[in-house]
Amino acid sequence: MADLKEKIARLFPDASFDDANILVVNIPDAQWHKLAQTLRDELGFDWLVTIVGMDWAESLGCYYYLTSTKSGEHISIRVATTDRLKPMLHSVADLWAIAGIYEREVYDFFGIVFINNPDMRRLFLSIDWKGFPLRKDYDADEAVNPVSTENERQTDFTDTWVEDASGKVVKKEVRVFAPEDFVVNIGPQHPATHGVLRFRTAVDGETIKKIDLYCGYIHRGIEKICEQLTYPQTLHFMDRLDYFSAHPYHHCLCMTIEEAAGIEISRRAQVIRVIMDELSRIASHCLFIGTYCMDLGATTMLFYTLRVREQILDIMEKTCGARMTFNYECIGGLMQDLAPDFVEDVHKLLDVLPANIKEYNKIFTGNVIAKNRMEGVGVLSHDDAISWSVTGPSGRASGWACDVRKTDPYSIYSELEFDEVVRTEGDAMARFKVRMDEMEQSARIIAQLIDNIPEGEICVKVPKVLKLPQGHWFRRVEGCRGAFGIFIESDGTTSPYRLKIAPPCLPAAAVVDHITRGAKIADLITIGGSMDYIVPDIDR
Amino acid sequence: MEVTTKSMPYQDWKDNEYIESLVKELQDNGTNVIVGSLDKLINWGRSNSLWPLTFATSCCGIEFVSLGAARYDMARFGWEVARSSPRQADFIMVAGTIVKRMAPVVRRLYDQLAEPKYVIASGACAVSGGPFRKSYCVVMGVDQIIPVDVYLPGCPPRPEAMIYSIMQLSRKIKVERFFGGVNRQEKQEEFLKAHPIEGVDD
Repeated sequence: MADLKEKIARLFPDASFDDANILVVNIPDAQWHKLAQTLRDELGFDWLVTIVGMDWAESLGCYYYLTSTKSGEHISIRVATTDRLKPMLHSVADLWAIAGIYEREVYDFFGIVFINNPDMRRLFLSIDWKGFPLRKDYDADEAVNPVSTENERQTDFTDTWVEDASGKVVKKEVRVFAPEDFVVNIGPQHPATHGVLRFRTAVDGETIKKIDLYCGYIHRGIEKICEQLTYPQTLHFMDRLDYFSAHPYHHCLCMTIEEAAGIEISRRAQVIRVIMDELSRIASHCLFIGTYCMDLGATTMLFYTLRVREQILDIMEKTCGARMTFNYECIGGLMQDLAPDFVEDVHKLLDVLPANIKEYNKIFTGNVIAKNRMEGVGVLSHDDAISWSVTGPSGRASGWACDVRKTDPYSIYSELEFDEVVRTEGDAMARFKVRMDEMEQSARIIAQLIDNIPEGEICVKVPKVLKLPQGHWFRRVEGCRGAFGIFIESDGTTSPYRLKIAPPCLPAAAVVDHITRGAKIADLITIGGSMDYIVPDIDR
Repeated sequence: MEVTTKSMPYQDWKDNEYIESLVKELQDNGTNVIVGSLDKLINWGRSNSLWPLTFATSCCGIEFVSLGAARYDMARFGWEVARSSPRQADFIMVAGTIVKRMAPVVRRLYDQLAEPKYVIASGACAVSGGPFRKSYCVVMGVDQIIPVDVYLPGCPPRPEAMIYSIMQLSRKIKVERFFGGVNRQEKQEEFLKAHPIEGVDD
């Protein structure tokens, strides 16, 4: 870290540093793009994890979280502007492909314009929305943005701000589609988009030319609600983002808060948390396989895969008391102890799982129709996966070993034996097979733990009124669909000053445009399904 | 009159008062013997083959998938014909949160359903906004934009609860008057007034 600091200090004398749990570089906006270029090309920070928009009252700005996929180093960069009326920062959309959509998100919530970003529309809220909701001075009065049953205003134009030679920033209007393009609207109410997602698709005959992603049909403003709640109250929203990864997401938020508050949890709680995470992973991949095969026309598979999923839900229900929104992990450990027959039930599951996976492969994977529809379709290259920040099974299908359980082991994962499933083809079939194989690995992890769950307390003593010290923290876990991050900035009170959720599904949906270009429109279903995004996770 | 469906004993139902008030309303108005019998026949048919619209925004939608799969198997009750087009469906199960951007879309889906049409507000979000009560962009209850027949609490409701809610809906259908009644809830003049056609006077 010191080495890195020295290098940056030599190249950028204006930069200042904060040594928190991660190196934070403060840089003036004028030099930000140059620093970003240096970080990416010379220092190897090729993965833009997330951009966290911030409102510090006297200034607006962003934290950029970068990771090097080769050395595994992390760095954070803080860029700010004091102009609240017309806040502007420089875009890095030309360096990392995913930055374009992350910057649109920051613009939507904070009104910060990114100079040179080619597409500066709102992302989640409608174009006529008044105000920027995550600013601290936002007017949340219902009368300002009332519920309307009139159709939303649509436009074919987008704005972009560009800097001319003299350094003056001018606004330009650009067309999203060319005037002669034939645009087909898919969604938001469409059975194959897996929820309320909308693709405006420009087609040439049956060939896709461009896809314009429209999200926000289930944007619930969780990040803003959390700012009004105490830390324990924020936990239950994690169940409602990606409802298949309820346990891993809970785990992530609990870990972030525990790290900030300096709480050590018991070994028993850690082991149970990991078992629950892996059980969720199996259940989630089962549902993925079922619904994905159903999208491709193999309806029968859904019934076979849901059989295992229901078995897991029964195990969860006995212990957590719910089928989907478990709310099981809490700050300091777990809500309640395991059900008496938990171990026995998990053993029963582990006994039937291999036969089930074999059966899925027999019915579907080798099927000639499935092969023809999936092999070589929607190929995502290794470098593109990193540039678009596509993590999880989809990223690993492109040869990018991005499993957070291996790269940054949290909880007890470093002690466990399991293989990271990586394939190199990068097509829809590879994404399908990675998930298939991950179920086996998850079962392997559970088998190692289930017979030696240590005794101990399930929840350590936590202060009734929990206050975090001033500072900011960013933690990631491996959710069922990829790296999931939580950023918390605390001002020392009982509720977060800012809580940012970095979901894995937003990049997975954003990359669809890139990998469907030139494909047939029927392949859109194959490709979209294989990315396995969950829409409430995209929109939050 | 004891209104029930799927051989469930009448006393096991909740909210019997509401159904009784509907029955009383029917009896007070009186009916023709022939039309009344025809009504009964049509109601019997309609209440036993409800076709849902495939519509889900969030978590409740996954429980709806479970409802369709082998374990809970809604095909037992004649509801398995989930349609992707609202024009072929009988009711919307509003499964999940409705936000302000989605509101016009839901309204449009409802308008596209063929009469007679019904709505079940499934889950806490669709009933009242649920856990997102403090949000700046969630519609606090889907009844702000479309009329709701059955409210189904839960977050998300269990598949059994979903079965119960659809059974309640079919019970409600059994005591409706179709001739001159629910087939078109909106009068034609009202409809034309609300949707004027340019260049045409009445």
